[in-house]
Amino acid sequence: MAQESELNFKATELRLGLPGTDECEDMISSVKNNNKRSLSETVEDNASKDITSPETPPAPKAQIIGWPPVRSYRKNNLQTKKTESETGIFVKVSMDGAPYLRKIDLKIYNGYAELLKALETMFKFTIGEYSEREGYKGSEYAPAYEDKDGDLMLVGDVPWNMFMTSCKKLRIMKGSEARGLGCGV
Amino acid sequence: MDPDPNKPEELPSNSANNSHGSTHPPSPFPDEVIEKVLSYINSHKDRSSFSLVRKDWYNAERWSRSRLFIGNCYSVTPEIVARRFPRIKSVTLKGKPRFSDFNMLDWGANVHSWLVMFAKVYPFLEELRLKRMTVSDESLELLAKSFPSFKALSLSSCDGFSDSGLKAVASHCRNLTELDIQDSISEDISGTWLSSFPENFATLEVLNFASLNSEISFDALERLVSRCKSLRVLKVNESITLDQLQRLLVLAPQLVELGTGSFLQELTPRQYEDIESAFSNCTSLRVLSGLWEATSLYLPLLYGACFGLTFLNLSDVALQSGEFAKLPVHCPNLRRLWVIDTVEDKGLEAIGSSCPLLEELRVFPANPYELDPRLGVTERGFLAVSQGCRKLRYVLYFCRRMTNAAVITIVQNCPNFTHFRLCIMNPHQPDHLTNEPMDEAFGAVVKTCHKLQRLSVSGLLTDLTFEYIGKYAKNLETLSVAFAGSSDWGMQCVLDGSPKLRKLEIRDCPFGNTALLFGHGKYEMMRSLWMSACNVTIKGCTILAKEMPRLNVEVIKDEDSDDNQADKVYVYRTVAGPRQDAPPFVLTL
Repeated sequence: MAQESELNFKATELRLGLPGTDECEDMISSVKNNNKRSLSETVEDNASKDITSPETPPAPKAQIIGWPPVRSYRKNNLQTKKTESETGIFVKVSMDGAPYLRKIDLKIYNGYAELLKALETMFKFTIGEYSEREGYKGSEYAPAYEDKDGDLMLVGDVPWNMFMTSCKKLRIMKGSEARGLGCGV
Repeated sequence: MDPDPNKPEELPSNSANNSHGSTHPPSPFPDEVIEKVLSYINSHKDRSSFSLVRKDWYNAERWSRSRLFIGNCYSVTPEIVARRFPRIKSVTLKGKPRFSDFNMLDWGANVHSWLVMFAKVYPFLEELRLKRMTVSDESLELLAKSFPSFKALSLSSCDGFSDSGLKAVASHCRNLTELDIQDSISEDISGTWLSSFPENFATLEVLNFASLNSEISFDALERLVSRCKSLRVLKVNESITLDQLQRLLVLAPQLVELGTGSFLQELTPRQYEDIESAFSNCTSLRVLSGLWEATSLYLPLLYGACFGLTFLNLSDVALQSGEFAKLPVHCPNLRRLWVIDTVEDKGLEAIGSSCPLLEELRVFPANPYELDPRLGVTERGFLAVSQGCRKLRYVLYFCRRMTNAAVITIVQNCPNFTHFRLCIMNPHQPDHLTNEPMDEAFGAVVKTCHKLQRLSVSGLLTDLTFEYIGKYAKNLETLSVAFAGSSDWGMQCVLDGSPKLRKLEIRDCPFGNTALLFGHGKYEMMRSLWMSACNVTIKGCTILAKEMPRLNVEVIKDEDSDDNQADKVYVYRTVAGPRQDAPPFVLTL
């Protein structure tokens, strides 16, 4: 089979790379040479690829310029979404009176309830009940955040998705100072 | 054979003031009859044919033509056009070769010199439609100030302009009915142009700024929409939210085509109801697009408007198969559907079951560089659509695996294909089940689909595919080939057959000078030939250029290629001679 003969060849090959770093390099170099290869070589190569990657997705190949023929504005649209879903939304969290800040990834929480629980655990305090009219009643602290415009806002007033995209920094304020931030509109 | 309408043809009569000369019998029809007949002929191809019959018909035609179509802006010069056609009101101009879309080539096709000429000779210009051209702010400003009757501007896949150019158009074109910026990218990030429409301006019927990234003033947009009672096409960009959209729909329930903004927003139940009823009230809605970030939570908002939809464009929202599969049953009148391959085969099966009137399907890849064959759609989905949608005639299908057997069945189900564009994304990929080349698949397409006008091939292909194409594809006009073929013979088969071929684009194929030169007679009957990453050399191109003076043979060299290699070749017929504005990396031979 094509694959076996390839492996034997490699065993005797003099290379500078570390042993066991074969697979990725093979795939990348095979793509680069794609244009110039003869038909029979590429057929074999494709056949052996099916054998070598039954369960695991293949290593990402080097990209061929302009292929597949997808318009760049389409690619940008979907790829930025992809990177957004892969990287987190990291924001600093400060607490009045605490000596240093923490950093959390908003992406890992599914909503305000989870976020507040996490903050309570992280800073060892309790947050009171939230209501639109009165903010966080019955606690020493209230969670606030700085939004895109630089304004200090009470956490919980806007829908979660909107909060995730507009929150720049979190600040856990002393309840007495927070009262002024109360009711929403 | 389709003669270039802008070539000044050689006519039998050779004396200018002797239209009924001794070498010519008098015209069989009086002038009034000719003019009346001409008023019914709108297709530029028909008008060209008409103009070739006799000199007086040529003159009658040129004086009465009001719509100009130029498929390749370099095939003719503004001066030649201005001399031949004195009374033009509408111009369509196309620029860059299509494969340049995917390579980001800064190659030319600037509209400015055309506008300068139009400003001089066509003061009553009303419409300008550009595709793949570079349009600067200066050009847009010139446009805005030069044509008092100007009505419609369409910029498809153009670039080079920014906010200030659009501002000029908005402020000065008092009679504007159409501003359509499809797929064009503006460089400036500010969106202030929309606020530049005068407060009493109310004639707009078409507004499309879906592809522009900038945030615009919603207030200005709302006021504009409420003033323009004839608005029938509105396509906004992603910056417009759902609740803003609701307000627009309440102001414009007469819309026929709608492109929404972002479709993801936390809504109160009241807001949800309001949006739902706004959609239900748009009883004229036939075309829907946008829907950025929509999920299964929000799609039901559309159900009230889906029954009458004929075109649904979901190519900006990557719906999962479960989310999407519930939608087709609400859209039984769909003729055209664009989706992303995240809907998977299951989603396509839903289309096959629910949309019997479907004529066009486009499936775009969410992750074009991922090669896992388990991702996206396969031959199963395509088969399912072909079984349920027998009227299918246009398909663009990106997939990672395909079989000959599936394609053969598909074209038996749907023999009326006019456009068959299959892109198997992994180059040289054979039949997924048999490991054979995909020759028989495309053979079946050309043998069965007699009306085929456009074909894109992919997968592992030998010269046999091209033998089939040359032999059977009698109506083929556009052919796109990538990573295919075994030798020059393949390309020669196509050049020898396919009598109606107009555009041939080839990349990464083993075709060389022999094939290139074989077609030398053919290229003058075509609009253009594109060859990149093939085995063509500069020597070969030079020979072609020498043999065929009415062709422009342009070579675009890559940075680190060896001297004799012709990396990208663009050949096109022209009466304009070599172009003056070619950038330094383009050699005209």
